Amino acid sequence: MFTYHLRLAIKSLRRNPVLSGLMIAAIALGVGVCSTTLTVYRLMSANPIERRNDVLYAVTLDNWGPQEPWSEKRPELAPMEVTHVDATALAASDIPTRHVVMRKTSFVADPSRISGTKPFLVESRLTTKDFFAMFNVPFRYGGGWNQAADDGAQSVVVLSSKTNQKAFGGGDSVGKILQLDGRDYKVIGVLDEWNPSPKYYDLNNGAFDEPEDLFLPFSIGEILELPPAGNVNCWRNQPLNSYQDMMNSDCVWHQMWVELPTREKVDAYQAHMDNYVREQKTLGRFERPLNNHLYRPDAWLELNRVVGNDNRVLVGLAFMFLAVCLLNMLGLLLAKFLGAAPLVGLRRALGASRSMIFRQHLIEVGLIGLVGGLLGVLLTAAGLLQVRTMYENYDGLTRLDFTMVLTALAIAIASGLVAGLYPTWRVCRTQPATYLKTQ
Amino acid sequence: MFQMNSVSKVYRTDLIETHALREFNLHVKEGEFVAVTGPSGSGKTTFLNIAGLLETFDTGTYKLDGEDVSRLSDDARSRIRNQKIGFIFQSFNLIPDLNLFDNVDVPLRYRGMNAAERKRRINEALELVGLASRVKHIPSQLSGGQQQRVAIARALAGSPRFLLADEPTGNLDSLMARQVVELLEDINRRGTTIVMVTHDPELARRAHRNVHVMDGQVTDLQPFASRPLVRSEATA
Repeated sequence: MFTYHLRLAIKSLRRNPVLSGLMIAAIALGVGVCSTTLTVYRLMSANPIERRNDVLYAVTLDNWGPQEPWSEKRPELAPMEVTHVDATALAASDIPTRHVVMRKTSFVADPSRISGTKPFLVESRLTTKDFFAMFNVPFRYGGGWNQAADDGAQSVVVLSSKTNQKAFGGGDSVGKILQLDGRDYKVIGVLDEWNPSPKYYDLNNGAFDEPEDLFLPFSIGEILELPPAGNVNCWRNQPLNSYQDMMNSDCVWHQMWVELPTREKVDAYQAHMDNYVREQKTLGRFERPLNNHLYRPDAWLELNRVVGNDNRVLVGLAFMFLAVCLLNMLGLLLAKFLGAAPLVGLRRALGASRSMIFRQHLIEVGLIGLVGGLLGVLLTAAGLLQVRTMYENYDGLTRLDFTMVLTALAIAIASGLVAGLYPTWRVCRTQPATYLKTQ
Repeated sequence: MFQMNSVSKVYRTDLIETHALREFNLHVKEGEFVAVTGPSGSGKTTFLNIAGLLETFDTGTYKLDGEDVSRLSDDARSRIRNQKIGFIFQSFNLIPDLNLFDNVDVPLRYRGMNAAERKRRINEALELVGLASRVKHIPSQLSGGQQQRVAIARALAGSPRFLLADEPTGNLDSLMARQVVELLEDINRRGTTIVMVTHDPELARRAHRNVHVMDGQVTDLQPFASRPLVRSEATA
């Protein structure tokens, strides 16, 4: 019976092409707007490191000034970054399985000696060696550096896939030399395609930016006195006449993450942070009450409000728009089905039960939803393209993956069925005798 | 075949009550060809709708093949309509965008028959009415008389216990009307019971019996002895 009802549904749609087109357009438009907003929201609110969510922790210490908190609107928060002094001190602990201390900087990369490519600016991340293992960063060629490279500030570099393409035309460039700010660095690894969105490991410097172009050992920054390229926040006026002053200051400009695989290690490290701060208080630092925290990635994303309220409001508005589209579709369906009531009366007279008529019309409604959904997916792709052209930083957020395609289709079919329930029910109430004489 | 005893039907609105049938009594035997006549508003259509289980009634009893159908559920009524009753309407009531094959197929689909059985019955029914060669045509490509013959084929395809015909020649010219009536007579000769509502006295005379309805009641029952009743071998 299903294929029979499907045939009848197709015939019914063709019988009133304009009406059918309007209903399909209503669903498509509603689904298109909804799915576009939902796709961006979903990608913004995703946890790219969900698989390691239970073992990774962002470190925060409240070293802010006594007069006012880090955030006026949310006074309970500690700064999202740590000082160089505190990061270095905490990194010495052997409680975490792994740890990473990092910050942004920038270089002018010059591959011209090797590939003839002109020099270009690169966003770079100075990090300790565990960055790649902790954050599951995939390599296409080579790998990261070891402890010796960290300790010795070796001139090694890991390239992003895009930078490798730009500097060396793609391919295995491990062993090649890349000049950064006039100094030679040996390429030891090239990353595979990797674009976690949001960029959870450093939400304070472009949460939806692409990952950095280069990765180098953290200790190089100190040796070469590389200036920061990310956020630097200081709570007091203090002289910063030299790089050493910067490193010794109470300015927060480093990101720190630790890997703590068990509850015991988490508790131990929390106690270690608290003890450290208490000790620093005796030296006149940390004048605010104890407020040190470890945040798992999902909590970290929530804390930083990566998805703002305006995004949530947009999603709500999108669903309201879908509801309006469905109301329109309901009206059109009601007109169509009640207009075809004589045919329903005839079928009932010939032996169709109410449930058969209900199924027949529900299949028609489902078909409208499916076709509308397919068109809606196209509109979603167009919508995401438009978002991409308007907002450069949303490149990673405007991908329509298979999950979202299925979601869009499911929303369309479900919406169609919801809108079609009342008209279908109404037409099933048709008394067979009413229309037979007048058909 | 079927028996109505003291059947009454009242249509009520906020302002008025209309007694469409009052104490209506009719017994139709297997194999009969009964014509139901009467002026407009006499209750003929209401009787037909009740006989065809398209409408319920308020009081009385209606037995079809010995089964009391007064209190049946809507699904049960649909099932009986599909299996036992064939309808022929004045305005043919063919589905305009289905071809003849698919039109005749409609009641068979609801009976859940397999494709081979449906095809056999459809071809036989269209053969009987002389339209087997037009099976792929749609109704708009046929004359009125041909459309009515397709409607008769649709009514017959499911081997109903009886046919209910509501003014089957009302929209036809005299030539086509004669062809349709001859076809109905032929069908009746083969054993199918027919109850036909008609304004046409000539048509009514072709039946075995004429039942005259006035003000919702049967007022006159006249058999036509000139036409012998042919009973089918199947029991009621």
